[in-house]
Amino acid sequence: MAKTQLDYAPAPESRSVVDIKPSYGLFIDGEFRDTESGRHFKTISPSTEEVLAEIAEANDADVDLAVKAARRAYTRVWSKMSGAERGKYLFRIARILQERAREFAVLESIDNGKPIKETRDVDVPIAAAHFFYYAGWADKLSYAGYGENPQPLGVAGQVIPWNFPLLMLAWKIAPALAAGNTVVLKPAETTPLTALLFAEICQQADLPPGVVNILTGAGDTGRAIVAHPDVDKVAFTGSTEVGRMIAKTVAGTDKRVTLELGGKAANIVFDDAPVDQAVEGIVNGIFFNQGHVCCAGSRLLVQESVADEVLTRLKRRMKSLRVGDPLDKNTDIGAINSAEQLAKIRELSAIGEAEGAERWSPKCDLPSAGFWFPPTIFTGVSQAHRIAREEIFGPVLSVLTFRTPKEAVEKANNTPFGLSAGVWTDKGSLILWMASQLRAGVVWSNTFNRFDPASPFGGYKESGYGREGGRHGLEAYLR
Amino acid sequence: MSRLDVKKTYKLYIDGAFPRSESGRTYVVNDAKGAFLANASQASRKDARDAVRAARTAFGGWSSRTAYNRGQVIYRVAEVLESRRDQFEAELRSTEGITAAKARTYVDAAVDRLVWYAGWADKIAQVTGGANPVAGPYFNHSAPEPSGVIAVVAPAGPLLGLVSVVAPVITTGNTCVVIASEPHPLTAITLAEVMATSDLPGGVVNVLTGSVAEIAPWLASHADVNGLDLTGVADRELARTLEESAAENLKRVRRPGVEDLLAAPALDRITKFLETKTVWHPMGI
Repeated sequence: MAKTQLDYAPAPESRSVVDIKPSYGLFIDGEFRDTESGRHFKTISPSTEEVLAEIAEANDADVDLAVKAARRAYTRVWSKMSGAERGKYLFRIARILQERAREFAVLESIDNGKPIKETRDVDVPIAAAHFFYYAGWADKLSYAGYGENPQPLGVAGQVIPWNFPLLMLAWKIAPALAAGNTVVLKPAETTPLTALLFAEICQQADLPPGVVNILTGAGDTGRAIVAHPDVDKVAFTGSTEVGRMIAKTVAGTDKRVTLELGGKAANIVFDDAPVDQAVEGIVNGIFFNQGHVCCAGSRLLVQESVADEVLTRLKRRMKSLRVGDPLDKNTDIGAINSAEQLAKIRELSAIGEAEGAERWSPKCDLPSAGFWFPPTIFTGVSQAHRIAREEIFGPVLSVLTFRTPKEAVEKANNTPFGLSAGVWTDKGSLILWMASQLRAGVVWSNTFNRFDPASPFGGYKESGYGREGGRHGLEAYLR
Repeated sequence: MSRLDVKKTYKLYIDGAFPRSESGRTYVVNDAKGAFLANASQASRKDARDAVRAARTAFGGWSSRTAYNRGQVIYRVAEVLESRRDQFEAELRSTEGITAAKARTYVDAAVDRLVWYAGWADKIAQVTGGANPVAGPYFNHSAPEPSGVIAVVAPAGPLLGLVSVVAPVITTGNTCVVIASEPHPLTAITLAEVMATSDLPGGVVNVLTGSVAEIAPWLASHADVNGLDLTGVADRELARTLEESAAENLKRVRRPGVEDLLAAPALDRITKFLETKTVWHPMGI
C-alpha cells in the first residue's frame, strides 16, 4: 500500500538568536539583583529536560523590596506622569518586542515547550499588539466610561501561569501601566525566562525604575505578593483552586481582584456545520498549545446524526498532527510543560479509561527525553465522567453527543466553569440563539481560540471574574 | 365604641408567595418609642435555601425577557409604590420615628430610584458593550449579561435601602434573595406586597427577615448563588467571613461601605453583577 503521509525534513529554527545566561536574579527597581533568600531553582527545557538556567527564588523580603520600589515609582514618577508620556513608554515597549520578536519566540519555545510556529505567530505578536493597544489608552482614560477623571489604584501584584508566559505578562502589565499603576509580577516557576528578558526590554525602553518589577519563584512567592499589605490590586491567571485561595486571602481587605481561572469549554458541532472547517476548529480548540489553554475546547459536543462522520474525519486529521521538537517549524504539538503536568494528564486519562470511556490516539513516535503526551480523544463519555467535568489541561478531548440545540445548551452549561464555548453551524439564527444561551465569557462561532487585544476575555461562574482586553480590561486598574 | 384594628401578620416573601418561616420562629419588632408593633418572621437556613431555589428557577425566564419588558415591570413597581405612598410614609414614621417631611423624602427617593433603574434595563448593554475592532476578518462584539442569583444584605433604611440594592440587581435580569434590614423588617414585607402586585414574576425578588448573622452565612456559602452584595453588613468581621465563604465558588462580591442613600447612585451597583460575553464570528464570502 502506498504511504499516505509524506515525510518532512526537519526545519528547526536556530537557537543562536537567544543568549541564555547561566543564572538570573530578580528585577527590582530597574536592576537585576540576587535574592535575599539565597535560594535558587532550575528552569529546564520540557522537550529535552536540559537545564537552561538557575533562577532566583524570591522570598518575603524580596517581595517587600519590590513592593516598596513599585510604591516609590508610583508615588514619585508614574502617577505624576501625563498619560501621553506613559503611553509613549508603552509604545516603545511594543516596538522593542516587535524588534526582538524572533528572540522571544525561540526563548519561549525552549522554556515552555510549545511549538515555534505558535510562539512566532500567536504569543509574541499578540503580546506586542497588547502593549500597542493599551499604549493608546493611556491618554484617553477619561473616555473609557469609568468616570470623568479615573484614577489608578496604586501597586498591582500580578501572578501569571506557564501556558502563555509572555502573552499573559502583556495582558497583565500593559493595562496596569496604561492606567497609571506600577506592578510586581511573578512569572510561573517553570517558565521564567521570557519575563526576565522582558525586564531587559524595560531597561532598553528606559522605563523608570520600579514601574515594573519581576520576581521569580513558586507558590510561596505568589502568596507573599498577594498578601502584601501595600499591594492595592491583585491580578491572577491560573487554576481555580489557587483563585479560590486568593479570593479568601483578600477577603476583608480593600484590595481589588481579578481572576482568570480554569475552564471546561464545550465545542458544539451541529449537523449542518461544514465538517472540514469544524474538524480544524476541534483540532485547534484542543490541541493548540498542547491543550494547555484555560479556554480549550476540551468537551466536543457533536450532534448525533453526524457524530460518526465527524469522528472519522477528526481521527484522520489527528493522524497528520506532528508531535515533537518545539523548535521545528513543522511541529504542531510540542512538549508538555512539566513532569508534574504530564503526571496529571496521565492520571486523568487513566481515570477516563477506568470509568469506561474509550481512548484513542494516532500512532506517533514520541521523543525519549522530555515530557510528551500524544493527542488523545475519548469517546463514549458521559457527563458524570471526571474527564468530562475536570480540567485536564492537556491534549485530551472528551466526546459527547446531543440531539437538539436545547440538549446541547444544557450539556454545555452543565459545569461550574464558564470561560468559553464554540458553536459550529451554518444557520445564523441558531448561532445567535446558542451564543445567548451559553453561560461563558467568550463564544467562538465557526472559529475557536481567537485572541485579540481589543477583545475582552474572561469567565463566568468559577472561571473567575474581571475582563482582560479591550476597554473592559481597564476597569480592573482604575477607580 | 371604637373599632378594633385587623392587624397584619408579617411573613416572608419567597417565590411570589408569603410563607411563614418553616422554623416557626418570629421576633418582636418595636416602633421607635419601644412599643410593640408586630412579630416578624425569623427566617432559617431552610428558608434561605428555598429562596435561592425560587430565585434560580425564576432566573431563566426573567433574564430572557426583553430588556424593554423588564424596564416596564420595574417602572410598574414604582407606579404601585407611588399609589401606596401614604401607607409607606405612615409606616416609616412609626417604625423609624422620623418626621412626616423626612418620610416623604424617603418615599419620593425610593420611587424615583425605581424609575431610574427601570430606565437602565434597555440602555446598559449599549453603555457597557459594543463592537471590538479585532485585527482580522471577524465580527466581534461584547454585551453584558446578568451574573445569575444574587444574595443581598440590605442596608438600614427600610424602604430606600432595600430599593437601592434590589433594583440595580434585577434590572439587568438577575434574580435575588435579599435579607431585609434586621431592626426594620416590616416595611420590606410591605414593599414585597407592592412587588407581588406589579407583574414582577414570583422568585425574581425573595425577601427574608431575621438575623443577618444567622442567614447570611448560608447564602454566602451557597453553591447556587453567583453574587453577594454585603452593603448592609455593618460588622467588619462578619463581612470578612462572608467574603471568605463566597470565595468557595468565586461569587462576585460587593464589599460594604458607607454611602449616602439619598445621593445619586453610581453605575457600579449594576455593573458589579454583570458578566461580559464576547462573541466572535468570521466574516467572508
